[in-house]
Amino acid sequence: MSDTAEKVKKIVVEHLGVEEAKVTAEASFIDDLGADSLDTVELVMAFEEAFGVEIPDDAAEKITTVKDAIDYIEAQKAA
Amino acid sequence: MFGLQGKVALVTGATGGIGAEIARALHRQGAKVALSGTREAVLAELAAELGEGALVAPANLSDPAAPQALVEQVEAGLGRLDILVNNAGFTRDGLAMRMSDKDWADVLEVDLAAPFRLARAAMRGMMKRRAGRIISIASIVGTTGNPGQANYAAAKAGLVGMSKSLAQELASRGITVNVVAPGFIRTPMTDALNDQQKTRLMERIPMGRMGEAADIAAAVAYLASDEAGWVTGATLHVNGGMAMI
Repeated sequence: MSDTAEKVKKIVVEHLGVEEAKVTAEASFIDDLGADSLDTVELVMAFEEAFGVEIPDDAAEKITTVKDAIDYIEAQKAA
Repeated sequence: MFGLQGKVALVTGATGGIGAEIARALHRQGAKVALSGTREAVLAELAAELGEGALVAPANLSDPAAPQALVEQVEAGLGRLDILVNNAGFTRDGLAMRMSDKDWADVLEVDLAAPFRLARAAMRGMMKRRAGRIISIASIVGTTGNPGQANYAAAKAGLVGMSKSLAQELASRGITVNVVAPGFIRTPMTDALNDQQKTRLMERIPMGRMGEAADIAAAVAYLASDEAGWVTGATLHVNGGMAMI
């Protein structure tokens, strides 16, 4: 697993207070991990802080799973 | 009851009579208090009066970047921010026929936009801690209207709608968002009214007296307390019965 993936999962675990095993790549923040809309905003802000990237609203809307977040952040870092 | 030990509050407009009294009340209940306003010397005087647990945090809220910086300054200086009191505001009265775009925009900027920006900056830490208080000082005229105050009344009514929306957004995080709406408060300006004007005003206030800054501060102290945890999206009218709404 990449560093980014590790870090993203750690943030999700801390933020949503879910078991690490549940935070799979395909897990949806809202449907599988019990996040509400405010949680998803907080997660995006936490990602921005942790990775030093900007995630605009239209991109944030499309980040619904753990994998979405990892892919977006890795693409930003590569750019 | 109503103790605020261990809490940190920020009071904007702490140079004014009501703001200073709110700061005193929160401090008396045990909170550390950051005092904001534009006149640093007046803030320093109040901080000296309060003693330990007071931070002078000057800010010019007509600058859109100031609210974020102010919240950061408070969090750096006092470690956190639990209670935001949006008290700063000013008037630029005039009949609508004669009210310039600038007079409208300037009042809306400081009296409505700045409280929003402060709330937005403050809610982040509050959300993380799953607790917080956002209290905005509106005015009776936000509900009743007042000739010559279209801008001010709009801003104060705006605070109510804003607070109700934020209350719904933040309730699940243990943050309450409320409004205190003062009626006529005794100030140097109202002291200058002549006897006839005073009599006419008193006829409209069932309690038969002007409000004191302490009347408003007590309402804020209550809403800031843990005991008010189930009160959110509310407007507490403190007006001697002048408007029962």
